[in-house]
Formats: sequence, C-alpha cells, structure tokens
Amino acid sequence: MKTIIIPILLFIFISEKSFPQSEWQVSGDVQMDAQYYLEDSLIGANKVNEKILSNNYFNLYLSRGSLNMGIRYENFSNPMLGFDPRLKGSGFPYKFIEYKFPTLTITAGNFYEQFGLGLTLRSYEERSLGFDNALEGIRIQSHPWKGFYLKALIGQERLFFSKAEGILRGADFEINLNEVFDSLKQKPFQFTFGGSVVSRYQVDKDPIYKLPENVLTWALRYNLGYNNLRWNNEFAYKYNDPNATNGYIYKEGNALISVITYTRKGLGILLGAKRADNMDFRADRTLTGLAGMINYVPAMAKIHAYSLSALYPYVAQPNGEMAFQGQISYNIPKKTRLGGKYGMDINIQYDLSHAIKKKPISDTIPIGQKGTDGYISPFFGIGKERYFEDATIEIFKKISPKLKGMLSYVYIVYNSLASEGHDYGTFYNHIGILDLTWKITSKHALRFEAQHLYKEQHDKNWASLLAEYSFSKGWFFSLGDIYNYNNPDPTHRNHYYTVNLTRTFNSTRISITYGKIREGISCVGGVCRYVPASYGFSLSINTSF
Amino acid sequence: MKWNIIWLLLLGFSMFGQSGSIPTVEIKTMDGKIISTDSITNEGKPIIISFWATWCKPCIKELTTFAEHYDEWVEETGVKLFAISVDDQRTLPSVKPLVNGKAWPFTVYCDPNGDFKRAMNVVNVPHTFVLDGKRQIAWQHSTFAEGSEDELIEQVRKIAKKH
Repeated sequence: MKTIIIPILLFIFISEKSFPQSEWQVSGDVQMDAQYYLEDSLIGANKVNEKILSNNYFNLYLSRGSLNMGIRYENFSNPMLGFDPRLKGSGFPYKFIEYKFPTLTITAGNFYEQFGLGLTLRSYEERSLGFDNALEGIRIQSHPWKGFYLKALIGQERLFFSKAEGILRGADFEINLNEVFDSLKQKPFQFTFGGSVVSRYQVDKDPIYKLPENVLTWALRYNLGYNNLRWNNEFAYKYNDPNATNGYIYKEGNALISVITYTRKGLGILLGAKRADNMDFRADRTLTGLAGMINYVPAMAKIHAYSLSALYPYVAQPNGEMAFQGQISYNIPKKTRLGGKYGMDINIQYDLSHAIKKKPISDTIPIGQKGTDGYISPFFGIGKERYFEDATIEIFKKISPKLKGMLSYVYIVYNSLASEGHDYGTFYNHIGILDLTWKITSKHALRFEAQHLYKEQHDKNWASLLAEYSFSKGWFFSLGDIYNYNNPDPTHRNHYYTVNLTRTFNSTRISITYGKIREGISCVGGVCRYVPASYGFSLSINTSF
Repeated sequence: MKWNIIWLLLLGFSMFGQSGSIPTVEIKTMDGKIISTDSITNEGKPIIISFWATWCKPCIKELTTFAEHYDEWVEETGVKLFAISVDDQRTLPSVKPLVNGKAWPFTVYCDPNGDFKRAMNVVNVPHTFVLDGKRQIAWQHSTFAEGSEDELIEQVRKIAKKH
C-alpha cells in the first residue's frame, strides 16, 4: 500500500514544482436516472420487486499543466429495466493518470481509444445502452514529427465491474502527407493514410477444439481529397477466431468501408458502401450481446430521432452484411422562388443493408457448422436476405419569424428476425412526420409533432402526437401519446402516453416523466439493447461543473 | 480497494483547485485532419463552443438559429463559434455534407470517440459553452429552447464589454 502512495505523493509534490505557473483545475459531471415502476399487464409491464431502480454516474477530472487525472464512480442498484443485469453493483470502474510530454502522452489506468474507423478497435462509453468497454492498461500516443501520429497500447477490457479475460495489444499509425511536406500544404490534393493491428490473447481451455490463443486483426486506411471531393476507405482483416457469435467456425473475417463525399456551400452529397464478414471480435471468445466488444463495424443507416421513424431501428450485423448509403443535403437559398424569404433545407437519404452471399465449403458440410471453416463468401457477393432499407426525405422551412417547420416522409423495410430475433416477418413501413415550432415570444415557444405510421404487417398502424411548451428560460412541459390504433387484436390497441416536466439552468438538467414505454429495441450506432415495456415515474438529473 | 483510497486522496487535492480553461485533446477537422483543441482560439475575443450531433434534433435547431444570427454576432462582439460534432463513425461521414448542405457559416470540428466531450464533462447534446478572452469557461448551458440564443449572446456581450 505504502509503496504505491509514496511515489504518487512524490509525483504530486514534484508537480507542484514543475508547474509554478499553473493551478489545479477541477471539473466533473453527475448523471442520475431512476424509475419508479408500476404494473400494466396490457402493455406487458411486469412487476418490479425493487419498485425503484436506478443508474448513477459521477465523474471527476483533475488537471494541472501537463498532468491529468480522472475517476468515475458508478452505481447500479439495481440496474434499470432493459440494461444488462450483470451491471448490478457499484464501484470505481474508471480511473486514470495521464501525462503529456511535448511529443508524447502516456495514459495509465483506464482509457478510451479508437483506431481509424474502428474496424480493429474502438473502446467507448454509451450510457444509454449501459455500454462501456474502457480499456485498463497503458497507452502511449506520440506525435514525433510533423504529420506523424502513433499510438500503442496494452490492456484488458472492462466487463461490467470486472475485466474480460483476453489481453489486448494494439498499435496504430497515421501519416498526413500534406503536413509532412511543406510543399504540399496549400495543394488542393490531400492524402492521409494509416493502419492498425490489434491482437487478443486468451488461453484455450476447450476440451475438443484447438482454439487459437492469439487472434490478430489488422486494417489499412486512406483518406484522399481533391478540392471538394473526398474518398475515405478502410479495409480490415481478422485471422481465424472461433467464438460464440460465429458459432465457433474457423473462417477468417474481413470488412471494407468506402465513403465518397462531395461538398460545397449549400450542397452535400455522400455515397457509401460497406462489407462486413465474420468481424465480430470480442475480448473473450465466449461473450455475446453487448459484452466485451473490441471493434466497431460502423452502421450505414440514418439515425431517426422521431418516435415512429425510430420504432424499427437499424441493427448492425458485423458477422455478415453488405450495405449501401446515399445522401443529398441541399440548401435552397433565400430570396429564390422555392426558397422564399428565408431559404429552405432539403435532405434525401437512402440506406440498404443485405446479407452476404454464403456457399457451403463442401457438399457434405452445412453452412456454419461448428469446428469447420463455416462457409465461403465471395467478397462482392450480395445475399438475397434484406436486413434493412430506409428512404427518407426531409424538408426544413422557416415560414415566418415566428414559425418554422419540418415535413418528412420515411419508408423503412425492417426484418424482424434479423433485427430482434422475432419471427414476425418483414415490415414495410410508410411514415409521415410534421414538426412545427411556434415562437410565441422570446421566452415562450410551442412545439407540435404529428406522426403516422402505416404498415400492413404485425400490429399494423400507429399514430403519435406530441406538444411541448418551453417557457421562462429553461422550463419544458410536454404531453405525448403513441397509439397502436388498429392493432388486429382490439385488446392490444394500446396508448403509450407520457407527461414530462424538465427544468434546465446552466449545465444542470432535471427531468420528471410519467407514462408508458413500449417494448422495443433502443440502438446507438447500430448497437442495440432490448427495452422491455414499462410504466411509471422516472427522474433524470444531470449536471456538470 | 487500495486503489480507491488512493484515488480519494488524490481527489482531496481537488479542494485546492479551480475550474477553468479548456483541456488539450486531439479532435479532427471535417476532412479528418488531426488537430489539437489548443487551436480553438480567437485572439482574446469571446468563443462559443457548441457540442452537437447530426441525429440530435434540438442541436440542429440550435445551430440553424445560431447560423441565422452569426454575421450580426460576429460584427457586434467579435465572437467565434466552434461547433463540435460528437457523431461517431456511423454518422461522421454525413457531418460535412450536412454542414455544407445547411450552409452553416461557422467552424465545425469532429470528436468521433468523445474524447473532447468527456474532457468537457458533456453528458447530453446540445451543450454550449462561452469562453472568455483567456479561454476560460465563463458560462455553459445544456439543451436548447427557442429564445436560448438571446441568453447566449447576452453572455457573449458581457465578455466582449470587459475585453
């Protein structure tokens, strides 16, 4: 114990001398979410024995000159419904010391990191999913010469309040040619390239199969720019990694992300394509669900922010997916016939996600059989099964100094089996959304949302209305209802109403909600958690300082 | 447990501390170039930093409102706005098309793995900071309601006057 405290105290004492000009700086944030649960058998909100469940976070950062320190306390007593029950407990899962030398930064303890687009490694925190795969270990980031960026790390991943078994070793480099060569600085041509490797070590205790103890992934990437045009690519490869998510097959994995954008004032165009095959990479080969993810295969789909367009969200399929994306954003200037007095913004987006093509490795071995190479998949082969499709058009318009609005049509094809494991078939959703904001005075505003979802399948049509009144600097009051009005089973024509009061002042936000939440899935970046139906009061407080 | 005690001791030092300037972390330009938050400067004049995301409705509303007033604000107070997108790799590619598509006149940087967001203790977006001429945090506010922009510019004016 003493052996640890003394060097740290010495270090702090030294730092007193090293930064005579600077003072300690403190900052932090607090987030508390709690819900009081009531029963409602109609929507499937079951009894909660604890009655109250809550998720709590308290972060504190200290810095002085080149020294940074931080710590986070978390308390899940017990975790709220829909979060992994293994989160249960409390402790300090995140703590670090970091020191910045002129060309080198060293972090010891817990840290978050992303290599390139994330295909080999991404550790991050997403509280709305109850997700945190912070690494614990040591990281070195270096910027040795102009345009050169290097990182190396070793550590283990957080798994709830313990660590996942696998030991991760990784390194990443990035070189920006326009910074390296002064002569290229002002050129319209821009080129950056980089690469990364990540390896996991985990002991093989399997009695039957010989599992690889070291599994390596690598990736190469580049970003090419010419005037307003950009082309961003990353290709990743994973050596054989039999694990619980791929059914213990020995096939290698690969992924490619390619995105082209063209932008100029008032116009943005994006085209993207993605392939992912057997790229689920975990800090422990036995883990599934949201636990122990090492890498991140970016989703290629729009994130919808309205309740009905978000009813059936996109779910990423890192073990086999071909995806395409196209987007146009256009600003019709002010004082034109279409643009009117204030101009108008239009956004059109299309996303499509399919399975990859799979062939058996021989006539006698079925696709995906445990202990084999699983299947053969041609790199550009698109499978028949459609996972997701989304076509959206949105128009934003300021109508008068007091009134502005958004009108949108969304078409979503949702594969319930691939996305949530329910065999309800494929849903073809047509959704219309109107969002109007009326600024009554400079301190009072009224916002109104009307939405309708039409589909022939499963529980059929939904409608939703919401009114939100914001008043006297920082108060919000809203009333809303989502109604499954023509469910084929009349007893399930449920209303999901909510009443909310929110107060914000400076960086503090307190929010109280009463109402019902529908059973469904909640996703961030294609990573999803199951949300059970619930009913009751919830309280959310967050502040930062 | 030992570690927890050590950390609590370290936290004791926080009693002597003060809150203040913005931390140095690496972020990216919309073209993917790595830059330091030390480049968020404005020659001693006030700075607005606004955290947002392409999928956040109130953020888009807030920044669209700021965009409408931006020229007047710059002329009056010399303020400079940096909008920091916290979009992750999923929606990061659409940041630049959206910003250009909306013709926003201010600087936009990206924080794809939330390093700057965490260091600034941003829990939810939108979250907006006003920095004084010495890059010290003078005011911050989360969420956006119609009319919030009036309060923001009032804070900026106060700093511009002191300058």
